[in-house]
Amino acid sequence: MSSHTKSPMASPQSFLWTRRIVLTLLAAFVLLPVFVMVSSSLKPLQDVNGKFQWIPSGLTIRPYFDIWKTVPLAKYFANSLIVAGTATVASVIIAVFAAYAVSRYRFAGKRVFTVTVLSTQMFPGILFLLPLYLIFVNIGNSTGITLNGSRGGLILTYLTFSLPFSIWMLIGYFDSIPKDLDEAALVDGNGPLGALFRVVVPAAIPGIVAVAVYAFMTAWGEVLFASVMTNDNTRTLAIGLQGYSTQNDVYWNQIMAASLVVSVPVVIGFLLLQRYLVAGLTAGAVK
Amino acid sequence: MTATVTPPSAQAGSKETSGSGGARRRLPRIPDRIRRGGLPYLLLLPAILLELLIHLIPMAVGIVVSFRKLTLFFIRNWGQAPWSGFDNYKVAVDFDAPIGQALLHSFWVTCAFTILSVGLCWLFGTVAAIMLQETFRGRGLLRAIFLIPYALPAYAAIITWAFMFQHDNGLVNHVLHDQLGLTDKPSFWLIGNNSFIALVVVSVWKGWPFAFLIIMAGLQNIPRDLYEAASIDGAGMWQQIRKITLPSLRPVNQVLVLVLFLWTFNDFNTPFVLFGKSAPEAADLISIHIYQSSFVTWNFGSGSAMSVLLLLFLLVVTAIYLLLTSRGRKSADV
Amino acid sequence: MRKIRAAAAVTVVTALAAAATGCGGGSSDSGDNSAPKTLTYWASNQGPNIDADKKILTPELAKFQKQTGIKVKLEVVPWSDLLNRILAATTSGDGPDVLNIGNTWSASLQASGALLPWNAKNFDAIGGKDRFVTSAVGSSGAEGKDPSAVPLYSLAYALYYNKQMFADAGITKPPTTWDELVADGKKIHAKDANKWGLGAEGGNLSNNIHQAFALGQQHGADFFDKSGQPTFTSDGAVAAVKQYVDFMAKDKIIAPGNAEYAQNQSLTDFAKGKTAMVLWQAAATSFASQGMKPTDWGAAPVPVQSGTPGTGTSVNSMVAGINIAVFNNTKNVDGAKKFVKFMTSDAEQVYLNKSYGSIPPVKAAQADPAFSAPDLQVLRDTLAKSAAPLPQVAAESQFETTVGTAIKGLWADAAGGKPVTTESVKAALTKAQQQMTQ
Repeated sequence: MSSHTKSPMASPQSFLWTRRIVLTLLAAFVLLPVFVMVSSSLKPLQDVNGKFQWIPSGLTIRPYFDIWKTVPLAKYFANSLIVAGTATVASVIIAVFAAYAVSRYRFAGKRVFTVTVLSTQMFPGILFLLPLYLIFVNIGNSTGITLNGSRGGLILTYLTFSLPFSIWMLIGYFDSIPKDLDEAALVDGNGPLGALFRVVVPAAIPGIVAVAVYAFMTAWGEVLFASVMTNDNTRTLAIGLQGYSTQNDVYWNQIMAASLVVSVPVVIGFLLLQRYLVAGLTAGAVK
Repeated sequence: MTATVTPPSAQAGSKETSGSGGARRRLPRIPDRIRRGGLPYLLLLPAILLELLIHLIPMAVGIVVSFRKLTLFFIRNWGQAPWSGFDNYKVAVDFDAPIGQALLHSFWVTCAFTILSVGLCWLFGTVAAIMLQETFRGRGLLRAIFLIPYALPAYAAIITWAFMFQHDNGLVNHVLHDQLGLTDKPSFWLIGNNSFIALVVVSVWKGWPFAFLIIMAGLQNIPRDLYEAASIDGAGMWQQIRKITLPSLRPVNQVLVLVLFLWTFNDFNTPFVLFGKSAPEAADLISIHIYQSSFVTWNFGSGSAMSVLLLLFLLVVTAIYLLLTSRGRKSADV
Repeated sequence: MRKIRAAAAVTVVTALAAAATGCGGGSSDSGDNSAPKTLTYWASNQGPNIDADKKILTPELAKFQKQTGIKVKLEVVPWSDLLNRILAATTSGDGPDVLNIGNTWSASLQASGALLPWNAKNFDAIGGKDRFVTSAVGSSGAEGKDPSAVPLYSLAYALYYNKQMFADAGITKPPTTWDELVADGKKIHAKDANKWGLGAEGGNLSNNIHQAFALGQQHGADFFDKSGQPTFTSDGAVAAVKQYVDFMAKDKIIAPGNAEYAQNQSLTDFAKGKTAMVLWQAAATSFASQGMKPTDWGAAPVPVQSGTPGTGTSVNSMVAGINIAVFNNTKNVDGAKKFVKFMTSDAEQVYLNKSYGSIPPVKAAQADPAFSAPDLQVLRDTLAKSAAPLPQVAAESQFETTVGTAIKGLWADAAGGKPVTTESVKAALTKAQQQMTQ
């Protein structure tokens, strides 16, 4: 973010003030629940349900130790990372290929493909949860490949969930990259894949990162399918966190503490990725 | 998205072949072309296989089920569930009877909720992305903050909101009633009519960072010289946003709004965590309603029929939307 | 283009064919013994957390392995997932060998054919039906059919009260009738407007049903007739629901905020001294974790309209609890029965129920001194004398959803200041009944 990317727009005072106010309000809106989580996670259980106070009276860090005992949080966290991470990488790669084909080639069935892919985005999860489960079980019975209850099954499911949107979004980003660029690469002796990876992908990095973040989050937060398709060993965080609410007690403070703990690495990941989200690459390449 | 597909591929097509028919005729003659013609399919293959396995085949099963009387008496062996023709559909669309009435009510609630939530998500996302376009101190921090709702596990975030919306002890009533004195008495947010507002607030909180993210990435592709040219022409800040930024975001927005619409319409997590398996009437979203009609009551035939109706509705809306936006786009391109 | 369409058509046809033939992964008949050395057991989450459950159960499973040579693979399934997991297992036939179910699900799961029926022969294999408390066996399936499960842990409702708050309000003994309860509640609220008589979980559908059911019995109303048809709108049912909601709407002994409670907030209020009474099942461990001392609270039988709790219109609780069942697709049916026998043996019953704070449904185990603490005594007596099982019909979960939702809506009316009348209650229940299908 050096000086040459600085916007040429002259910002009038009115804009600056609007910006200050609007951004402050938005930040407050976003942070309000985070504040509640932080303060609740530092209270003993008896106090959590008390009247809301901006400044909590009795503070304790015990919930941060208890969370590891109440549920196997570390295991769930690892499961979530493996599932979401693998699903993201696979989804992005598959989507890049598909989007490149749609964006750069003309072929029979293109419309059918794009429209079908889009329409899968409309499927209500409830409708195909049990059929999918059945299919996984049947695949397991006939081939011995365990999909039901395994991380593999969940990865396949999640990567497909994010696939339609990823493909669509990437088509849009790829379309906005001038075709002369990859045609030049083809002329230089690169194959189509060479053009894809040397020219198109680097130019579309912000879009790809946005799509990857999206794919990760889809897998990170999914509840319905995970609740049926995981077991003891493969349970993900989204489901595992519910373990803090048992038949008789709801460990509010621990829910909050655990959520914060598991979110920290993700937020840090975002911070690291940010650079690429707004990388100047495209700006340079497009000109 | 048909829009983004058609015009550029028309250009590309004119360079390669004159049409699919032409391609087919030429294939046998030049082996190199076969390779080339096959490449797009090869690139699409993994995506197609996965879509088939995870989405399309289960979906087809779901559609079959909607024509069967699949109640708990038959879930052990779906094949034995009797065919019921359109019975499940008849019950669902009989708007004079309670089940149909409830479904219709839930449908309208979902429509209102979706329009509000998508509109606000898009608005917040666009405003924030534009305002963070320029470098200034604290920009990176704000960007990270805005993505936090996305990083928190959905369950925890929504539970926290439920916590804040509590009647007796929640932050919302504490601020609105105790501190600002805006209400005569503490309001209920999780039951009664206000539950709709609570639902929209949580949905926007959860959804807008996504719009922000996508628009931010979209802004990267707007050539700087457009702004430079405009400012030389004397266009002010606001005019630049209106004349350059927003029109340039059109393709991104077209997908974004559609996808936000589809997700919000099908959103299950938010109402489920906020209200449990039975939402208040004012916030009875269709996803929860269908969940109740299938999982809670174990009547999968009826639930599937409702889902199929929902799917048909979404297909129609999407088709109309695409038609309208791509027409608008074409005329804008001219 | 044409080719693609053809391909798409082929795909769809294949999919349909697969759906028509391949579905119903469940193999047709009940289990065999092809895997005699292992068992999978899905335990429900009974302890304070999943880890605690594992600690309680693992040594016992080791004991079982030592006795029989059968290794039991344990999975503790959280309540939020259990029913969906069972449903998916039933659909596909791919499930555990032995599992815990909420006893109110018994009739539904029985109708689905997912569970091994406990006929006389099977019961004999675990020592006979007579070993169990009658009311507990009554909640393991529809009348006249072989039970679909065996009672494992039993619970009932009791009235828990805050001793200090009672003393402060000059109340000397817990109420035995609803009129007394209302009077006591009013006394407490009159003395301090921030304190309330009774707590409720208005947003918790099951809890609403449990209370409405017991009150319904007292008004002579079942929610289903003999043939299993819903009768939600009978005068007795309307009166029962109205009486319950009136505790907030008319008697004003429940704080309006309780209308939205669904996460056991009423227990927190109780522990904080905000409400003086709650109707709950075995709340001792929860009170302790909320920081209450055992001497702070007392337990008494849930009130009745008049007289003392008993059968018929003097029923004052549903039979709550967990049943243990054998999944019909098991590959080790003999081992599964052995495991059920082990879990329901006198010694294990004492140990397990002691660990979980519940009451053993096995008569002999109840004699253990561990279950004679005053509060457990109340639960035990209630189970033995004045508890009735919820309707054992296949549509039970629909009943819980529709009627539970109706009551939730009535709470919202009461809290929002809308009048709750016999007509409005009847209208809500009529709507619930009309939504019952099957």
